[in-house]
Amino acid sequence: MRLDTLSALNAERAARRPALIVTDPEDGDQRLVRAAEIAADPLAALLRERLRSGRSGLGEGPDGRPVFVAVHAPPVRLVVVGAVHISQALVPLAAQLGLDLTVIDPRTAFASPERFPGVRLIAEWPDKALEEVGPLDAYTAVAALTHDPKIDDPALIAALRADCAYIGALGSRKTQARRVERLEQAGFDAAVIGRIHAPIGLDIGAVSPAEIALSILAQLVATLRKGCDAAAGR
Amino acid sequence: MLSTEDDILRAAEGWRREGRAVALATVIETWGSAPRPVGSHLVIDGDSRFLGSVSGGCVEGEVITEALDVIEDGRPRTLEFGVADETAWRAGLSCGGRIRVFVERID
Repeated sequence: MRLDTLSALNAERAARRPALIVTDPEDGDQRLVRAAEIAADPLAALLRERLRSGRSGLGEGPDGRPVFVAVHAPPVRLVVVGAVHISQALVPLAAQLGLDLTVIDPRTAFASPERFPGVRLIAEWPDKALEEVGPLDAYTAVAALTHDPKIDDPALIAALRADCAYIGALGSRKTQARRVERLEQAGFDAAVIGRIHAPIGLDIGAVSPAEIALSILAQLVATLRKGCDAAAGR
Repeated sequence: MLSTEDDILRAAEGWRREGRAVALATVIETWGSAPRPVGSHLVIDGDSRFLGSVSGGCVEGEVITEALDVIEDGRPRTLEFGVADETAWRAGLSCGGRIRVFVERID
């Protein structure tokens, strides 16, 4: 690989923009394709599919020669809204999965460093806190866990607008029904609201905070690896 | 997605900028129960220092040896490793899988 190609790739990664490296394994011919350049690429269909699945692998070039496509997608960030007991249980599990975790809660009694040692903690309302996190994107997951619409709703609205990879919200079916009404009033249609996993988490009969944390992360992984509908059991 | 090769590629760039000779090995194909997924990287410098992995440690030694040749002649090559054959003094994968590894020089 040429050093300038490697530098350009690392620059895309640092900016949280997906990129692909296309290599002919026979002669070593190689190029970088940035996400914005995929549509104009002769291998557009193959590259789009690889990027969607997040899996690197061999494919066939236009001339029938094998090409290796390496997918470099940004690391997934998890933004947890609510510095609650479940969030505390989420911290070590998310670290094991390599998720870049941020916890947001304007209630300073909850969002205290004593309760969340070593965690990126923002004791602000979501609108302000999300500015600090940086733009939400398709490689960000948002879990709203406060039970308080004043805190959860702005974060969910931002996540829906940014087309986040995974969106989940804690609360009973009744709570969710009221949430759907509020989001409809805010102008979202049913298909968009349907992207929110609520009640949050895979149905594994979770009871304790750690079990609920596990069910949330299991659903997050399923959504990232298999797609939204598969993770929802649809 | 979840765990990234970020640090390895940054190291590869950093090492090269320091003036070291550098080769990059990438898993391009796996069959069966291979220990590291396609896309995994191992970066090697001219003094055989390395970072990352392309297997569970089974074939890294041979990849590093080949990488030194790639650094020498600049010609990229694809290596294939299969099940360990204990009667042959060859690197192999004890897990029973097979992998192909592309090795190239950073120029």
